[in-house]
Amino acid sequence: MFQIHCPHCGATREEEEFSYAGEAYIARPANPEEASDAEWGDYLFMRKNTRGWFWEQWQHTAGCRKVIAVKRHTGSYEIAGSWTLAEGKEHYLKESEA
Amino acid sequence: MSGYRVHRNSQRINAQAPCQFRFDGKQLKGFAGDTLASALIANGTRLIGRSFKYGRPRGIVGHGSEEPNALIQLETGGYTVPDLKATQVELYDGLNATTTTGFPSLHFDLKGLAGTFSRFMPPGFYYKTFMGPIKAWPLYEKIIRKAAGYGRAPVDPDPEFYDHLHHHVDVLVVGGGACGLWAATLAGRAGLKTLLVDEQNEAGGWMLSDTSAQIDGKPALKWVSERLAELNSLSNVTVLTRTTAFAHHEQNLVQALELVQDHLPLAARDSHTPRERLHKIRAHHVVLASGSIERPLVYGNNDRPGVMTAAAAQTYLNRYGVAVGRKVLLMTHNDAAYDAARDLAQAGSRVTLIDTRLRGAADWRQHEAKSAGVALMLGYGIAEVHGKTSVSGARLVQLDPFTNTVRARGPRLSADSVLSSGGLTSTVHLFCHNNGRPYWNENSQSFVVPDEGRQGISCAGSITGRWELSAALAQTHAAVSAMLLGFGRSTNGECPVSDERELAPTRRLFRVPDGLPEGHGAKAFVDYQNDVAAADIHLAVRENYRSIEHVKRYTALGFGTDQGKLSNVNGFAIAAEALGKPIAEVGTTTYRPAYTPVTFGALAGSHVGDTFDPRRYTAMQSAHVKRGALFETVGQWMRPWYFPKGKETMHQAVDRECLATRNSVGVMDASTLGKIDVKGPDAREFLNRIYSNAWSKLDPGKCRYGLMLDENGMVMDDGVTACLADDHFHMTTTTGGAARVLNWLERWHQTEWPELKVRFTSTTDHWSTTAVVGPKSRAVLQKLCSDIDLSADAFKFMDWREGTVAGVPAKVFRISFSGELAYEINVDACYGHYIWEQVMQAGEEFGITPYGTETMHVLRAEKGFIIVGQDTDGSMTPIDLAMGWAVGMKKPFSFLGKRSLSRSDTVRKDRKQLVGLYTEDPKVVLAEGAQILSTSDDAPPANMQGHVTSSYHSAFLGRSIAMAVLKGGSQREGDTVYVWAHGKKYPAKVVSSVFVDQEGVRQHA
Repeated sequence: MFQIHCPHCGATREEEEFSYAGEAYIARPANPEEASDAEWGDYLFMRKNTRGWFWEQWQHTAGCRKVIAVKRHTGSYEIAGSWTLAEGKEHYLKESEA
Repeated sequence: MSGYRVHRNSQRINAQAPCQFRFDGKQLKGFAGDTLASALIANGTRLIGRSFKYGRPRGIVGHGSEEPNALIQLETGGYTVPDLKATQVELYDGLNATTTTGFPSLHFDLKGLAGTFSRFMPPGFYYKTFMGPIKAWPLYEKIIRKAAGYGRAPVDPDPEFYDHLHHHVDVLVVGGGACGLWAATLAGRAGLKTLLVDEQNEAGGWMLSDTSAQIDGKPALKWVSERLAELNSLSNVTVLTRTTAFAHHEQNLVQALELVQDHLPLAARDSHTPRERLHKIRAHHVVLASGSIERPLVYGNNDRPGVMTAAAAQTYLNRYGVAVGRKVLLMTHNDAAYDAARDLAQAGSRVTLIDTRLRGAADWRQHEAKSAGVALMLGYGIAEVHGKTSVSGARLVQLDPFTNTVRARGPRLSADSVLSSGGLTSTVHLFCHNNGRPYWNENSQSFVVPDEGRQGISCAGSITGRWELSAALAQTHAAVSAMLLGFGRSTNGECPVSDERELAPTRRLFRVPDGLPEGHGAKAFVDYQNDVAAADIHLAVRENYRSIEHVKRYTALGFGTDQGKLSNVNGFAIAAEALGKPIAEVGTTTYRPAYTPVTFGALAGSHVGDTFDPRRYTAMQSAHVKRGALFETVGQWMRPWYFPKGKETMHQAVDRECLATRNSVGVMDASTLGKIDVKGPDAREFLNRIYSNAWSKLDPGKCRYGLMLDENGMVMDDGVTACLADDHFHMTTTTGGAARVLNWLERWHQTEWPELKVRFTSTTDHWSTTAVVGPKSRAVLQKLCSDIDLSADAFKFMDWREGTVAGVPAKVFRISFSGELAYEINVDACYGHYIWEQVMQAGEEFGITPYGTETMHVLRAEKGFIIVGQDTDGSMTPIDLAMGWAVGMKKPFSFLGKRSLSRSDTVRKDRKQLVGLYTEDPKVVLAEGAQILSTSDDAPPANMQGHVTSSYHSAFLGRSIAMAVLKGGSQREGDTVYVWAHGKKYPAKVVSSVFVDQEGVRQHA
């Protein structure tokens, strides 16, 4: 069981207040009608399944209902931090560039 | 008879407090402070069980959680607990224990015969023997289950209760031995919030067994009681005894089980106090001072009752005042076991110490032992123990001093007890539960943890392989000081000192050789609980199992309630030798929680019975109860299922409710439907994106049925949404889907379309909804409502109006889930019960009939209305459901799931599609879930075409109806298919899934 910090509530709470909401920052294609079956299939089904540091979404479903970004290590379960979606995206993009 | 009471100054039993107890029906006597094991040994009871596979007689081997053999059934009826270790059961007056093995009886065991033929039962015996025929497998299973296994699970309700307690501490210390106490003392003095847990009934650890130990120049036990007094005086320190930390999880969550009342006589237990308590401890830092356990050596017939570890015998003697035997052989490869020999000899036993080392222990220890009367034999080992149900002696061999081989034959000695010491094994489990790994330390001959611990965890004492008290305390002091530095605190206290004593090197020995090739001599057991002998591990390696994880699974080494605490290291070492690899390379198997068994009751805590899951009731609950409703749970809601009258069966009641509704008027509590208030300038646009149908033209005062798809294009929820104002909508969801849908809306709004100005509020509990259904519903409502024009032209199907019903402000929706003329009256929940009763009263002259979910299902199925989750399963598109009319393909924004509706898989012609079925025999109600075949030929492999999703008897139609999903179903109307259920095939005709009023005349009336 994790303890997760909710940046909106400013509180660290037990995992049971949150729901897992999958890999973070998968953008929905802007024009789905123009996407090929393969591109759309990638968006629907393909996930990185990372072993290591991983950006994921958690939703504070039994709290403020906000979706947050959590950086978690899928091997050690260590949590590096949690951010609002917008703040997290900056970190995420910086890491993706590096 | 062998064990007996002696008086020891160090004993922790209360000789003034005798306890009567029963073991297998026999009345025996012990004392307060005894464990069941110490009391049994004192009574001379040796035979405690029969072994798992061979039925060999077994006795007590250890003195704590490492015990593999002495598994007993405690108490009877609701109080019974199976497979407790007698070594961990505290004795109380009136205790009643029975043995758990032996068939037909412990003393005459049929399986024992199998032991005679044990050469025919190698590892993998069951896999290799019980191969065919397939039909006989259930029979094999019955026989094997009868022969195997230990205790019996309780069947009566548990009369006791359990609870959970959460802790948030700076420091958790696991283990209350000398090192754990010192760690807690330093943390406590530094002002840190500290919790110390210890598995035993009192703290002290090995100090309770080792009477000669000294700390800071005083007897160790005196130092222990000073530490405890200090810890008790510190308000920031809590000490929990009888509390086993059994699991370590990520972020330093440790679970510990406290046996709160297990040590009390049943009659003395407080009914307001839990039997056991599960502690969930979040610690900034964990100090593991979990110590070590002595492992035995592996030698022939080392499982005979009367064979024990040296540490166990020393503990029974010094802590419980019980000598294990009068004539004792003790085999060792290290110095420490000399203490046990010395103490036993001092207490009056005749002890022969067989040291496998030619030069023996350090001089002072040899001298001490000899002075106590111990006979020393250096350079010998035990090849084989004699005796069957009790030890009668042993045959020795003279060992080669340099290689683990036999140099010459040795004498036969008579004895009533045989002890051995194969060194200590660090208790590294908690360190390893969450990805930690121990490493092999050749010097201490054990898998140990690193001195520096790992992030958030410090390791203290013999868990690091420091067997000498002085070294263990020094290492603890250093490790805890480093931890305090991390907290920004200083260390307050000098490191406790204990004598540094000279030691002779340990002999590297696990399996004592008997001069014969492995497998030819007497069986030498590694794992008692699973009957794994040294030869079995060699065989596994010969059969090419290379990984220790595979060797474990093939032989069962280290499984069971003791989790290999005695056996694993010996097993790894023997496997390493057979593989020709160093032990370090072979490594360990994976350590997983729980360290010791945990009752289901403790894990469940108060989440049982009425408090297992919340139950939600609508405002009308008492009205339903008054009318004799039976209830079913939908999500967490209690919904009326049907309302039987007199002795009606469900089918009779449902037939009556259906006919009353179709012919006159029925009423249903629809309050449980999920309701979400959607508001904001972009609310309409949001609905356009989240639903498959179009919302741009829905005017205030109108309602629309919406289908919600996931991005794969599959139906995930449905419901009617009403437009309250241009920027304000009242959305309804399925009863079970309300929370999921709200989260779904939030996620899309927050992650993809944060620019849309809209917000969502759950209003499920705010509104009570009474659905008045049937041709007479207008007449009923007219009696209660004067400010809404209810005429068919003014208030059309799929309109909603605001007004007052029975004087209460209401929103009335003219929507229908039955195909009948119907009105759903929504009022503030506090008026829900009142409105229900008003409707009942107004409807009396029309014979208004309340109905529940079962009738609701029949009515909607007659109209072909789907239930998401029953007629759909996450693989149905709106097209599959023939609901293309609810998909607005022309909407400008590509709504959720739209793109997926044109994927190659979703446009396949042979997808499963919703159809209706009429059975050839109208009386046959098909089983829901039954498979559909194209032809009456069901020879395997059956060509499965789909399955039945909904099936009922329709009283209105006077026959059965069914909805089904069928491959290419939309093109198969008129076909005959065969529905297979319970070994029978029923022919049925594919028809439209709308069985009643295909033109929709009734709902538009």
